Amino acid sequence: MNKTRIGFILNGNPVHLEIDGDRKLLWALRTELELTGTKYGCGKGQCGACTVLIDDQPVRSCLIGAASVEGKNVTTIEGLAKQEKLHPLQASFMANDALQCGFCTPGMILTAYGLLKSTPNPSREDITRGMDKNLCRCGAHPRIIDAIENASAGTVPAPDQANNHD
Amino acid sequence: MTERRAENPAGRSSRRTFLKQFAGVTVFVAFGGGLAAQESIDSEKTGRKGLPSDFNAFLNIKADGRVTCFTGKIEMGQGVITSLAQMLADELDVAYEQVDMLMGDTDLCPWDAGTWGSMTTRFFGPPLRTAAVEARAVLLELASEKLAVPSARLAAHEGVIFDRENPQQRVTYGQLAQGRQIERHLTVDAELKDASQFRVMGKPMLRGDSLEKVTGKAKYTADIRLPGMLYAQVLRPPAHGAKLTSVDTSRARAMDGVHVVEDGELVAVLHASPDGASEALGLVQAKFDVPKSAVSKETIHQHLRTFQPKLSVIEQDGDLADGKEAAQHSAETTFQDGYVAHSPMETHAALAKLEDGKLTVWASTQNPFGARDQVAEALGIPAEKVRVITPFVGGAFGGKTNNMQVVEAARLAMALKKTVQVMYSREEEFFFDHFRPAAEIRIASGVDSKGKLTFWDYDVAYAGARGAEHLYAIPNHRVAARPRQWHGPPGSHPFATGAWRAPGNSSNAFARESQVDIMASMAGIDPIQFRLQNLDDPRMVRTLKAVAEQFGWSPAISPARRGLGVACGADAGSYVAMIAQVTVDEESGNTRVDRIVCAQEMGIVINPQGAKIQMEGCIMMGLGYALYEEVEFSGGQVLSTGFHNYHLPRFSHMPKIETHILEANDIPPQGGGEPAIIVVGAAIANAIHDATGARLTRMAMTAERVRAAIGTA
Repeated sequence: MNKTRIGFILNGNPVHLEIDGDRKLLWALRTELELTGTKYGCGKGQCGACTVLIDDQPVRSCLIGAASVEGKNVTTIEGLAKQEKLHPLQASFMANDALQCGFCTPGMILTAYGLLKSTPNPSREDITRGMDKNLCRCGAHPRIIDAIENASAGTVPAPDQANNHD
Repeated sequence: MTERRAENPAGRSSRRTFLKQFAGVTVFVAFGGGLAAQESIDSEKTGRKGLPSDFNAFLNIKADGRVTCFTGKIEMGQGVITSLAQMLADELDVAYEQVDMLMGDTDLCPWDAGTWGSMTTRFFGPPLRTAAVEARAVLLELASEKLAVPSARLAAHEGVIFDRENPQQRVTYGQLAQGRQIERHLTVDAELKDASQFRVMGKPMLRGDSLEKVTGKAKYTADIRLPGMLYAQVLRPPAHGAKLTSVDTSRARAMDGVHVVEDGELVAVLHASPDGASEALGLVQAKFDVPKSAVSKETIHQHLRTFQPKLSVIEQDGDLADGKEAAQHSAETTFQDGYVAHSPMETHAALAKLEDGKLTVWASTQNPFGARDQVAEALGIPAEKVRVITPFVGGAFGGKTNNMQVVEAARLAMALKKTVQVMYSREEEFFFDHFRPAAEIRIASGVDSKGKLTFWDYDVAYAGARGAEHLYAIPNHRVAARPRQWHGPPGSHPFATGAWRAPGNSSNAFARESQVDIMASMAGIDPIQFRLQNLDDPRMVRTLKAVAEQFGWSPAISPARRGLGVACGADAGSYVAMIAQVTVDEESGNTRVDRIVCAQEMGIVINPQGAKIQMEGCIMMGLGYALYEEVEFSGGQVLSTGFHNYHLPRFSHMPKIETHILEANDIPPQGGGEPAIIVVGAAIANAIHDATGARLTRMAMTAERVRAAIGTA
């Protein structure tokens, strides 16, 4: 089998991997690199559960070849919090209870990250459009929209306040 | 917010070692036969059969005061990881933050039938709370002896017991329990707190597991990595009922690092990487005999009728002939719906590890104890030699109960003596799903000149009896189900069917509430007014009035061209009423749901935040079966294979959602995970009728079907 040696920055740290040329990034992340926060949901780019950031852009890791991230910056959900400090989107998802089973959550957060990069002050319609290709079966949609809106506006409720509002 | 871990005690092989670890000191362990051997409360119906009566089985207090709650229930998004901790904290008088949940581990947790039927709060809640009350009372006795203060003078608060007259005199639960099994028991019955005494229950709490879930640390079954593990891909038939006639694995065997198992009908290739296993599977050549069948979603109801399932009369009173006589208007309608998939975002997965003759299996399942027994039976080994551990489950909705993937992983691990993961692809997830059955419901009913229902003749085929009760005060009625359960006669469905969130009730509520609307329109009465004058159940009346008020309903006869529809229902002991507001594009037939208001009365509410979220989830998921979702198939071949040809509700489908929970602290806690989903189809169908005058009798109410119905209205 043709192995390719690639190097890239993963969650801030350089990594080197020997991989089969056509290997998808999703499987390299989940197996060799043991970063299982990136989920398999469909393998066809239809659900968004496998979304990661490549050079700060959300990409479906089940579709992209691992070899293509050579020299790039890859961020998975595990790398979004910096020095244990949660990214505002993570804090906002928590404060809004914007998840149930949590399986789509990493992909939702990283897709929202990309949305806020390109549209820093999105309307609810912008958020709906930007998130529409990510699937959630539990029905956390209303709270995910609230969470993204709060994160973009810098109005994430403190956990204790969130606990007491209804 | 504190982090609450769903502990995942890999490598703890017995209750004995577990107790030692929790204690932090060496302690004696008194019981020999494990939890299953202990005295049990027998109640088949509630799923409490086999629950131990010893409170130690439910909780353990460590020396540092942290309390571990053991439950055979699992967390699949429904939020019992939070609400069960609230129950335990409240009744034990510890802080909510002091409780750690240990869920779904068959070696460590008390036996449980399965997490389904909205039964966790209703039926596991009371014994868990009772265990906590008893533990608290025993701790007070122990404290009384230790402090030499009469029990009556002692008070407990957040895990500390103190003398009311001298608060410096105190001892903590941790000091008393030291992580040990508490040997003492109460001789009197422990009394649960009244709702007015709740400190933690009844408070809206954020999920206890969200920190792990937003940081990617939460482990689902397929996320567990063990040294030397192999990823399996199993050879699958092209259609249900297909028989393997020949298989050639030689090319797969020639691939580097591939293991092959051929064990009867189980043919699998395994590799150290999941994609390597997929590649190897592509090299397997197999031939199947596929039975000829052209049954499809268009012909399925005709096909199902030929099986003539056994009829059970669920309820019957009065005389239908008298009721027909008394009716001024009557109508007979046949309602239908198709197969619907569970489609959890996490596909089924299992990881099996064999060690010293014992098999440990991590599994995405709703019933770990059932999975354990299935594995034991399949391998012909005692259940004690199998341990099932349930990590976080990524959605289930009734669909993770048959455990086929668990048995497959176990068989492969045994065959190879290696650690094996089985994880379904999305296509396998659709193929092996136990779909909500296609169903057909025929209703004949009549209404008199005063707008009272005079008769109700109801016949449901294939959806089962849940939610088939007529709900209204109708003097002459007969309700029959064929069969009573949702399981059809053998061979009737072209593939497996099973429980789908509130099994059968969405189909029954769709039919009943549509027919009631038909009656209201015939009688020329506003649909809410009509329901109120035909209901006599005070809980249902109260819930319906609440939703009307919250919505701001003004009476009108449907079709009033407003696009408003109402529906009522009862499920899992709770009552629910919903109003949907829709806009229908008459040209395309496309229905846009603009607003949904839902009121629910569910008795005492343990976590109002979690309960509201379940209602929201029911509404979003309900949009799917109402408008978009229907499994496509040709005989046993499942043509719905992914999200490109099976359409889940999306952000852009989301209406404005308003949920209201009615206070009912005089009623014990009822089910909350399912009720709100049952009325979504009917409320939307009635709203479409109100908007267009077209009556939809078939779900999913796709644009095509709505357009067709408008054409014939």
